[in-house]
Amino acid sequence: MPAISLNKAPQPSKTDPAQIRNFCIIAHIDHGKSTLADRMLGITGVVEARNMREQYLDRMDIERERGITIKSQAVRLPWRSGIDGKEYILNMIDTPGHVDFTYEVSRSLAACEGAILLVDCAQGIEAQTLANLYLAMENDLTIIPVLNKIDLPAAQPDKFAEELSKLVGCKPEDCLRVSGKTGAGVEELLDQIVAQIPAPKGSADAPARALIFDSVYDTYRGVVTYVRVFDGKLSPREQIQMVSTGVRHELLDIGVISPEPVSSAGIGVGEVGYLITGVKDVRLSRVGDTVTSYHNPAKEALSGYKDPKPMVFSGLYPIDGDDYPILRDALDKLQLNDAALAYEPETSVALGFGFRCGFLGLLHMEIVRERLEREFNLSLISTAPNVVYRVFLEDGSEKIVTNPSEYPNGKVAKVLEPIVKATILSPSDYIGTIMELCQSRRGTLGGMDYLSEDRVEIRYTLPLAEIVFDFFDQLKSRTKGYASLDYEPIGEAEGDLVKVDILLQGDTVDAFSSIVHREKAYPYGVMMTTKLRELIPRQQFEVPIQAAIGAKIIARENIRAIRKDVLAKCYGGDITRKRKLLEKQKEGKKRMKMVGRVEVPQEAFIAALSTNTDGESGKTKK
Amino acid sequence: MERPRSSARTALSLYIHIPYCSKRCGYCDFNTYTPQELNSHNLALITTPYIDSVLKELELAAERTGGGIVPTIFFGGGTPSLMPAAEIGRIMKKITEVFELEKDVEVTLEANPDTLSRAYLDQLVVAGINRISIGMQSAVPHVLSALDRTHDPDNVIKACELVRAAGINRLSVDLIYGVPGESISDWQKTYQAALELPIEHVSAYALIVETGTKLAARIKRGELVMPPDDETAEKYLLFDDAAEERGFNWYELSNWSKEGGACRHNISYWNGSYWWGIGPGAHSYLNGKRWWNVKHPNTYQSALQNGDSPEASSEQLTESNLRDEFVMLQIRMREGIPLNRLSKEELNKVEKFRESGHLEGDSWEAGNLILSRTGRLIADRIVREMLM
Repeated sequence: MPAISLNKAPQPSKTDPAQIRNFCIIAHIDHGKSTLADRMLGITGVVEARNMREQYLDRMDIERERGITIKSQAVRLPWRSGIDGKEYILNMIDTPGHVDFTYEVSRSLAACEGAILLVDCAQGIEAQTLANLYLAMENDLTIIPVLNKIDLPAAQPDKFAEELSKLVGCKPEDCLRVSGKTGAGVEELLDQIVAQIPAPKGSADAPARALIFDSVYDTYRGVVTYVRVFDGKLSPREQIQMVSTGVRHELLDIGVISPEPVSSAGIGVGEVGYLITGVKDVRLSRVGDTVTSYHNPAKEALSGYKDPKPMVFSGLYPIDGDDYPILRDALDKLQLNDAALAYEPETSVALGFGFRCGFLGLLHMEIVRERLEREFNLSLISTAPNVVYRVFLEDGSEKIVTNPSEYPNGKVAKVLEPIVKATILSPSDYIGTIMELCQSRRGTLGGMDYLSEDRVEIRYTLPLAEIVFDFFDQLKSRTKGYASLDYEPIGEAEGDLVKVDILLQGDTVDAFSSIVHREKAYPYGVMMTTKLRELIPRQQFEVPIQAAIGAKIIARENIRAIRKDVLAKCYGGDITRKRKLLEKQKEGKKRMKMVGRVEVPQEAFIAALSTNTDGESGKTKK
Repeated sequence: MERPRSSARTALSLYIHIPYCSKRCGYCDFNTYTPQELNSHNLALITTPYIDSVLKELELAAERTGGGIVPTIFFGGGTPSLMPAAEIGRIMKKITEVFELEKDVEVTLEANPDTLSRAYLDQLVVAGINRISIGMQSAVPHVLSALDRTHDPDNVIKACELVRAAGINRLSVDLIYGVPGESISDWQKTYQAALELPIEHVSAYALIVETGTKLAARIKRGELVMPPDDETAEKYLLFDDAAEERGFNWYELSNWSKEGGACRHNISYWNGSYWWGIGPGAHSYLNGKRWWNVKHPNTYQSALQNGDSPEASSEQLTESNLRDEFVMLQIRMREGIPLNRLSKEELNKVEKFRESGHLEGDSWEAGNLILSRTGRLIADRIVREMLM
């Protein structure tokens, strides 16, 4: 067996860089990355079969349920090469697989010398995988193309070997064929990692420099920071410093993951491990930052550090106003573990007290919301997601708008909105419908390439706002789920945008204001007014519902005044029942929100903000 | 359990529940039973032991209250007019024995127009009945049939004449509107017929579809369709106009009467007076406590036969309960609520209804919250707004 028992394997801080291989796995959701990782843990013997559980490395319930990896992690795998018979340490760095986490992916890639490009050979490569592959190639990583799930009856390894070889620039026969499920080909893959991926280089004598590629908050231990050492060495009890923030910490614990944390005498050049300093907030230990020694600091930080920048915003409000402090504490806690999550208090006339939250993207938003609801037992209303706008007024001043209701009225010289480069991979049958969708979303075709005879890569430039609406859903439904999408921000562009306000009896309902392209203003107005007419109960007066751009009304509906709300009979036996009903209604009243004089049940807001009656003109939260 | 007798004698209205009907109407969810439901074809066999139990509960009530002064008695049901007059007489006799009747006591009996005869009415007068309330419901056969009522509309006229001939001048009819299939003109026909009758009082109720009734099931199945609320509101306003024109003034939002013809018994429910409900399922209210009896006539009777109280459950009203009930009930009355009984916050909340014309402006200026005609139609909403 090429597995080596842990205590006989080369020990952390005493491992020659020549014996180390750092790699990650680039794969799409469902392509079997976690299963392959599990298999590697088994074959290298770091997890005994009886302790194995599925998707061992995915820590959060939500991750395991959704079958996706949100946070990366690194595992130290000892391996005796079947080719040269020598002992090696393989550090497997698990990468997040979703479009929202491109920056985290890039930092994970920066910690590696090589990457396994893992593709389900029943499905072929997906857009996000392709994007991450390009990212890996830009980082000069050695790519090992691997076709997974060769045990499946629907597997087409020859077809996809062709596709991969074109993308990677190798021969089809260079693509390894494995099955994470059965274990076929995995030992050979481990050997090829040793053979093909270069050993890390670095100076053991230089001042320490380690790249933070992940940072996770743990209730018991505080922030656990995952690093890859490039130069020098980090040791226990040492004083360290974060270069970008300048924060100084003491290393309370340092070690490696195999796959549970094991303290070590330190970690040296090329090694991957964890640090614990006792800090409680991941923002003090930021992904991409460089860790150095406080007393002997490096002169230069490792390159590539960026502040995470929220791209998508949404207002989050507790359904029960009394839960506001719980929501605040919950966001504080989540932020300990999520440096990309931004939020600030916000007050909505319609929804009360809440927070305007900034996310990396839609998935990030959904995950945060789900965690708030699940882990903190909160019931929330969220406003429709929007992007950030830069509005230039005629007087030359500039305003950043992250909440549509703050969009200035009138005197707007121009508006800039974020633009993304989107890559869509799809069977070629759907080219027409995809182009139609992108065109209707103000897209500009950037180019198109055939990956194989019947698979195509389509590139578009699109406003992010259009993707934030219901682009994913539309793309998936129009292509029967076959198309995949990746996008990356490429800057800003001027847009012909207007703010549509929704007014109830003349009062703007801030939660429904939306910034839309001028041509979409009317359909949006009609959709919202119609929907609200159905959702808002009749009041004792007539309630006009209007959609307006500035002072101009573009759509209107009417809720007629209620004429009857009384029970005709109230005699001896009815009194108790009637009073109890009144008491119950008092409770329900708490869930009513006032917009001007109009009483709107919270259910109406939830329904108006979350359902979608018309896919094309409608905005949804997904 | 005996309460200490109070020295000052309490005024106590009595409700006597007669839980029997020859047939159950489709809309009715009252606590009433047909002979078939009780496995008997002879109502008399059922009623005599039932009345015995009623007498026992009357004794219990007198014992508990120290035999108060009775201003009103109301025989409701069910169909009290199914009872032989002699049984009504037994009850009245017991009441006079254990309580003291107020000099001008009001004694009402609910009657089905089909069951009245001159001889029967004469006996009722002897027994002490001085007010009759007839369940007319509608003058339109297809509306009556939607309600499962079988009487001939002409019988109502005859019944009223009989009542007057028997010397009972205090006469009321009950009407129901907003019934599936009832048009505006059906309703106009009904109330015009009612207002022609020799009556001094009329109750008009918008139909309430109670869950669990045959009517509710038929609506659910789509056999019957409820008219829109707006139309029912329109019917209320039409009736209110017509009634006022004929000298019937509203004194509670579903009740109209000529001068002096208001039902004092029902008013006692709304103004917080004490009342004792005798019979299965009947509610009572005394000294801040409300309780209600076991529901089934058999359970009711066996409790009393064993010398136990038939009380099923009770609630002690808190200050806040009492306050809610005061607002909820008093607002239904023509006298309305004196503004000085409302808090500043409540006044602020209710102000908008004055602006929208749901409260009478003149009365507001004069210091009273009184519902306007349109306000009566949304009384429950106004109460919710005010109390929340």
